[in-house]
Amino acid sequence: MSAVPGIVAVNTFREAVRDRVLYNLIVFALMMIGASVLVGEISIGISRLVIINLGLSAISIFGLVMAVFIGVGLVYKEMEKRTLYCLLAKPVRRWEFLIGKFGGLVLTLTVNTFFMALGLGAALYYVSREFLRSDAMIVIAIYFIVLELALVTALALFFSCFSSPMLSTLYTLGIYVAGFFSGDIREIGMVTHSPAMQTAARAISYLLPNFRNFNVIAAASHGDAIPFSLIWQNTAYAALYVALALIGASAIFSGRNLK
Amino acid sequence: MSTPAIEIEGLTKDYPVGFWRQRMHRSLDHLTLQVQDGEVFGFLGPNGAGKTTTLKVLMSIIFPTSGSARVRGKSIDDVSMHREIGYLPEQPYFYDYLTARELLDYYARLFGFAASERRERIIRFLERVGLGGAADVQLRKFSKGMLQRVGIAQAILHDPQVIFLDEPMSGLDPVGRREVRDIIHDLKREGRTIFFSTHILSDAEMLCDRVGVLVGGKLQGVGAPREIVSMEVYAMEILFETPEGHPLPNSLAKSATQVGGRYRAEVPEDQLYPVLDELRRCEARILSVTPLRPTLEDYFFKLVARDKSAPPQLVEVGAR
Ligand SMILES: Nc1ncnc2c1ncn2[C@@H]1O[C@H](COP(=O)(O)OP(=O)(O)O)[C@@H](O)[C@H]1O
Ligand SMILES: [Mg+2]
Repeated sequence: MSAVPGIVAVNTFREAVRDRVLYNLIVFALMMIGASVLVGEISIGISRLVIINLGLSAISIFGLVMAVFIGVGLVYKEMEKRTLYCLLAKPVRRWEFLIGKFGGLVLTLTVNTFFMALGLGAALYYVSREFLRSDAMIVIAIYFIVLELALVTALALFFSCFSSPMLSTLYTLGIYVAGFFSGDIREIGMVTHSPAMQTAARAISYLLPNFRNFNVIAAASHGDAIPFSLIWQNTAYAALYVALALIGASAIFSGRNLK
Repeated sequence: MSTPAIEIEGLTKDYPVGFWRQRMHRSLDHLTLQVQDGEVFGFLGPNGAGKTTTLKVLMSIIFPTSGSARVRGKSIDDVSMHREIGYLPEQPYFYDYLTARELLDYYARLFGFAASERRERIIRFLERVGLGGAADVQLRKFSKGMLQRVGIAQAILHDPQVIFLDEPMSGLDPVGRREVRDIIHDLKREGRTIFFSTHILSDAEMLCDRVGVLVGGKLQGVGAPREIVSMEVYAMEILFETPEGHPLPNSLAKSATQVGGRYRAEVPEDQLYPVLDELRRCEARILSVTPLRPTLEDYFFKLVARDKSAPPQLVEVGAR
């Protein structure tokens, strides 16, 4: 096993930290503090629900924005600034570089999510002075968010291997939105009664990442149990999707003439 | 003889040009070249000749349209080849959020050096390129010349056997150029092979065992610098002053040009002494007499001019 991806990942993480990417945590903290003070007047049951819902939504959106906007620039920046020239002259394969960049951003997003989760926990404790057994669902919801972010990062990286950051952002966000409706697309196909349309709709729905399964924010804020099977299903699904996206990205990037 | 350090065979690179990408521009045209172990090889050519393209192909930054190359017997597609080489890109640019020390540490890790070894090497090589005092300065604060030095440090950090330098002297002041020349000399003494590109001929004349001249993507000639240009003197240059009121000697009246109160004349070598005698008679003060040789520069200009007028053919200039 090569050490190269790990070395590249650590440098990518360091870049994010030095570029003050983690400053978004301050905004998140201020949001949580503001919300905690505001919901103080409502009954405890409702204020818990509001805090969890708001907190998880914010964690998801903050992470998503970072994954897309940093993700599409990961490779592009190194190409554009020609920092890749020196790196690729070292014993580094292109796919190792890609995996390293991917790993570095996922590490950044995970650390970022971890601190936001701590903030959510603190806010929750502040409004209700207790943790409930059902709050374990919040942890699962956060795990799903991290999986989703890894998936989005892999997509952003994939697109950025053959298109500009701007287009890659559009494609990634487009797929993200479409991914919420992949179930609906299949159903639309069924209604048409045309076998060709049905096959096409099914193919599209399989190709699109199913992001709806990763969103358990509503369940977590109501304290509803999340089926255990969903945990491993989502894990396996994300792993497979990320692997395919990275293999595709490597195949394209490995044959590319760099600028 | 052992395997050459660098073997390039028929390397060709076409770039798509034009908005619709239907035309191809040939930047490198069947380059065939060998560099022996321990040699300092100067890859000469005017801007746009294809020097950088060649190096980028060798580093697998871009891929050749056709042809192949080997370094120390290993194909350039083989990633393990990269353990044995160093590369300084043209106008290198690095992660500006890192310090020089952190940058070199990043690269040294890729070669698998242990922590203590990395520490020691980084200091040693930063000092070698004159950046000992700037180890902990972020690269965003580095001048162009300092970046060039970091670039050289990262190219030699792992003691590579073959070193590729793309315009290593560019962006440096005269002191810096001198220092880079010294580094190249030291590397040669250590037995390393150096392949460097330049459009500055005097650098090549001073440093190289052999040079190859590339114009318009085609190799025009390979040989020792003194083989490429004949060392024959074609004229003598005389700089002199005349006392006020004295006319110029007849033989120089037409050919001498006045430059800031002085005169400059070019005369054939066999005319030197008669002309000097005449100058003595009119009490001129001789400031300097310099033999004029065609320089690589002249050779270059001739080649470039020919490249523009007629399709050049490969010329063998001097055997090794
Ligand atoms: N990415 C590219 N796309 C199209 N043409 C290129 C590209 N890079 C270089 N060229 C062309 O290839 C030729 C050789 O360029 P280069 O190798 O940079 O020359 P040198 O390093 O000798 O100055 C030039 O005509 C240049 O315009
Ligand atoms: Mg160049």
